[in-house]
Amino acid sequence: MTKITIAPMTRLEGHGKIDILLDADGNVADAYLQVVELRGFERFCQGRPVEELPRITPKICGVCPGAHHMASAKACDAVYDVTIPPTAKKLRELYLNAHVAHSHMLHFFALAAPDFVVGPDAPPEKRNLLGLVEKVGLDFGGRVLKNRGYAQKIQGLIAGHPIHPVAAIPGGMARSISEAERAEIEQMSNSMVAFSEESLALFENSVLGDPANAEVIAGDTYYHETHYAGLVDENGCVNFYDGKVRAVDPSGVEVALFGAADYLDHIAERVVPWSYLKLPYLKNVGWEGMTGGETSGVYRVNSLARLNVADSMATPKAQHAYERLYAHFGQKPVHHTLAFHWARLVECLYCAEEVQRLARDQEITSQEVRTVPTAKPSVGVGVVEAPRGTLYHHYETDPNGLIKSVNLIVATVQNNAGMNMSVRKAAKAYIKNGVASEALLDRVEMAFRAYDPCLACASHALPGRMPLKVSIHRSDGSVQVLTRGDD
Amino acid sequence: MTDKIKIAVYWSASCGGCDVSILDTEEKVLDLAKIADIVYWPVAMDFKFDDFASLPDASVDIGLFNGAVRTSEQQEQAEVFRRKCKLLVAYGSCACFGGIPGLANLSNREEIFEVAYQSTQSTENPEAVRPSTAYKVDGHELELPDFFDEVLSLDQVVPVDVSLPGCPPPNERILDLFGVAAAYAETGSIPPAGTVIASDKALCDTCPRNETRSSARITQVYRPHELVADPTRCFLDQGILCMGIATRGGCGHTCINANMPCRGCFGPTPEMLDPAAEAISAIGSVAGAPNENEVPAHVMKKAVRSVRDPVGTFYRFTLPKAFLNRAVTDVPKEEQTS
Repeated sequence: MTKITIAPMTRLEGHGKIDILLDADGNVADAYLQVVELRGFERFCQGRPVEELPRITPKICGVCPGAHHMASAKACDAVYDVTIPPTAKKLRELYLNAHVAHSHMLHFFALAAPDFVVGPDAPPEKRNLLGLVEKVGLDFGGRVLKNRGYAQKIQGLIAGHPIHPVAAIPGGMARSISEAERAEIEQMSNSMVAFSEESLALFENSVLGDPANAEVIAGDTYYHETHYAGLVDENGCVNFYDGKVRAVDPSGVEVALFGAADYLDHIAERVVPWSYLKLPYLKNVGWEGMTGGETSGVYRVNSLARLNVADSMATPKAQHAYERLYAHFGQKPVHHTLAFHWARLVECLYCAEEVQRLARDQEITSQEVRTVPTAKPSVGVGVVEAPRGTLYHHYETDPNGLIKSVNLIVATVQNNAGMNMSVRKAAKAYIKNGVASEALLDRVEMAFRAYDPCLACASHALPGRMPLKVSIHRSDGSVQVLTRGDD
Repeated sequence: MTDKIKIAVYWSASCGGCDVSILDTEEKVLDLAKIADIVYWPVAMDFKFDDFASLPDASVDIGLFNGAVRTSEQQEQAEVFRRKCKLLVAYGSCACFGGIPGLANLSNREEIFEVAYQSTQSTENPEAVRPSTAYKVDGHELELPDFFDEVLSLDQVVPVDVSLPGCPPPNERILDLFGVAAAYAETGSIPPAGTVIASDKALCDTCPRNETRSSARITQVYRPHELVADPTRCFLDQGILCMGIATRGGCGHTCINANMPCRGCFGPTPEMLDPAAEAISAIGSVAGAPNENEVPAHVMKKAVRSVRDPVGTFYRFTLPKAFLNRAVTDVPKEEQTS
């Protein structure tokens, strides 16, 4: 047997690596996506005042700090059993939608699109944002950067800083926005809506329009019938900030619908010795290991999962795009893993429309943004949809509001089983007779890149891609090292 | 201008926010690219560490290192960075002081594992499985990296020439750093060792609320959620702890402008030996009954003791740099770090 390791070449505390085990014939026997990171936030938040956690937990990830800021603030509201003013809620929704739009734009254009528009067979040094710009033109590249910058700026206007958000606090927001800021946000949102539509057109023309892409997206290699979970509002629409978590089975039948406070009745996490990342599953379905199907509690989150559990989108343009996606596949749920990318662009349009709608809301500039909590603090759970899926923050405090325990279930952990299944299936399809070329390994990577895993949060964020090292451990004990870009 | 200078960027134990902060300078980072070749930036570019490590020593002009150090691998990377780069910059609060991950020094690895893999409410682990650095499956060993038992700042591992604090560093200071690079590219001049790209004065000095700070004493400490803070008045004056009194300025007051008090990500002002010492003494000195001229020691102590979480407040970003920089147990060290 032979072991192939795909690991970020420059991994330090690392983020993730892939081990592919080959049988004697050089075909794939098994594959593991390992997460090699642990920082202990759940431990060192103990003893901290609960109101400081919206400022501490965003440091879990500098790419999705906004999602942690929101989940944490909602958990704090629940700890103090306080209802925030309507304008505070709208500001948080506006902020979170801008946050998701920023993340989705970055992931799609910097990491995902190069695989499709430039292609896995292109030289690795071309499979990045710059290579993409060569294909789609400098003007479009400039609009990617501009609109991503707008989404960051909007977050900064509302929460103080896009990477270091501070304004959400138990009971609401620490500051309101002025009319000038509102007008600026509205103007930026107009551009974001237009850009999101343009992105979807690019997807349909340049990605789906290429028969090779259309075939791989619709094919069996990147396909798993699993459960899905995500937040829906009272109308069954996708919602990032609020609502109930709905889980559906592989045929789309609802198997759970629960509010944040009840999450422990529905989700449990398994510990495995080979990864620092746990494996959550749906309790009422049951754990059968890392496998799909109706009796396996493995579920997936992130963009496509949200669309799959929802009945529709709350905004008109996104609803139109949502219908096109399901019409294309002719089924719901869609189980095609690469369709997570398409779903991400549908959501990007929704987020832009939401930012625009909220920026035009009469109430958004109200100065009533705080309710001072009066209840004795105890327990609270906050749930939001992070860009990468459902995010749970669960706090317990002493009577003084000092943290006794913190439980975090981040988005990517819930895709741990799904990512492992996808990597294994793609590896089996593409690696034959011990041949693992760079281009083939890129196709294996595409399997997990569709999930936009936050375990590689910084590498997912920036133009370019994770440099990889591939070690092939032969059954005779010899080791062959392939490095991305060497062949 | 002659040849382009060479710049390398590295991320260690970090969240990625420092790298995003460079990207958030938008067109300015493209200006930087006009005078500099970025020879290494693992999150953004496809150069390999082996290539970087095989460069001649001192052949890279400026190295930007973000993140704290917590594994032997990271320590080695920091040492390689030091050798290759003429000017080594500790970029961001984690590299400068350990940052928020430095709060992990309040517990050891076993305690962190116990919480992450056992006691958390959604964890289902009756057989007490723990992630293992080496795990056999079908005759193959799957490996995970091991961790130090404590978090270190960059300068606790190798000498640092320039520090750029901030969580993350703000745009204006990043542009100052780009200015350092430009000056180097033009004239070869480098700032004196120990330069900190921040104000030498406390944040209060330039705080937009500075003029509202009265000489009144704090009679009661409020936590930020316990009252609606006046968005124009000094936080300390309102009884809300603000670390601006003992923290370097230069951050652009983004927290203050969002009506939230400073938590000290820029680190202590230069005269400080211990990051929290001035904050504690400053809090003590403004405590007391109204209109008191002299504050008796017991009143100062009472005020400081009314702070619910002194470590997490005064050392939020700087615990690894404190005199007493970690919690210790009576477990022998070799057992903790094995």
